[in-house]
Amino acid sequence: MSGHTVEEIRSEMRRYWVVGTALFLLTVITVAVSYLDVSQGVAIAIALVIACLKGGLVAAVFMHLISEKQAIYSLLLLTVLFFIVLMLGPMGGRLGSTALG
Amino acid sequence: MQIPYTVEERPDTGLYNAKLGVWLFLASEVMLFGALFSSYVLLRTGDPAFMTIPHAVAEALHLGEGAHRWPGELNVPLAFLNTLVLIFSSVTIVMSWASLRLKQFGKYRLWMGLTILCALGFMCIKAVEYNAKFSHGLFPATSNFLGIYFALTGLHALHVIGGVVVNGYLWGPGAKMWKTEPERFTNRVEVAGLYWHFVDLVWIFLFPSLYLL
Repeated sequence: MSGHTVEEIRSEMRRYWVVGTALFLLTVITVAVSYLDVSQGVAIAIALVIACLKGGLVAAVFMHLISEKQAIYSLLLLTVLFFIVLMLGPMGGRLGSTALG
Repeated sequence: MQIPYTVEERPDTGLYNAKLGVWLFLASEVMLFGALFSSYVLLRTGDPAFMTIPHAVAEALHLGEGAHRWPGELNVPLAFLNTLVLIFSSVTIVMSWASLRLKQFGKYRLWMGLTILCALGFMCIKAVEYNAKFSHGLFPATSNFLGIYFALTGLHALHVIGGVVVNGYLWGPGAKMWKTEPERFTNRVEVAGLYWHFVDLVWIFLFPSLYLL
């Protein structure tokens, strides 16, 4: 947790509203972009980039990851690694079985 | 027995225990939702018919001739509204925590109350959406896409209900702790907030993945 004086906490509160507004706007952009006439691949890429940006804002500011302790970062690094395995593992298995016929 | 490190930080982690505990819990939650996301990606990329609305369903929905694809029949405006509601609730819950740090208990009650109302609003909107699906004969067994859709959104909705229970306790009977152990109560609200932000985070990825792409 960063900031303990009253002024620092009030500054954090203003930041929460700024981030909330940014999340609102990014959500509107996500929906607007989905109506654009682009290929499926481009649409997925744009939507995921915006979702990652929004998720990053929530995690960094609302969940205070921008100023957390090392123990939390280590835990999250492991989580991210396992999540990548979880997402890519089945895909790799499918590609492998396709290659083997 | 005194529970250790509810307020002061443990020397080895630099954290109070509940915070490390909730982050460990959230790590397990990432794997839970990750497994379902992984299934969704695998089915979507591996099954050419996964996103196709079955012919019988298209007929029942009076979609006309030709091939129709999911998520074409999902209610984007309602899901968009729910996204805004959840984002607003993330702001309100972090404001409730900040209010406690400023020793403003009345404002804490206001912001936490708004968070709970937002969560209930989310569930009401979700109920309207589900009811429309069921009344059109769209169930988890109707197609694989709907199976994943109901599993992911239903599991998320269960998490919202869990958040309402915890936040409701901290707003009501649990708030008595503020008089006796204000720092410990502030920490409880912080970890409840971390959970709630995670629920918001999951929806941020669910919304485009299921409704828009």
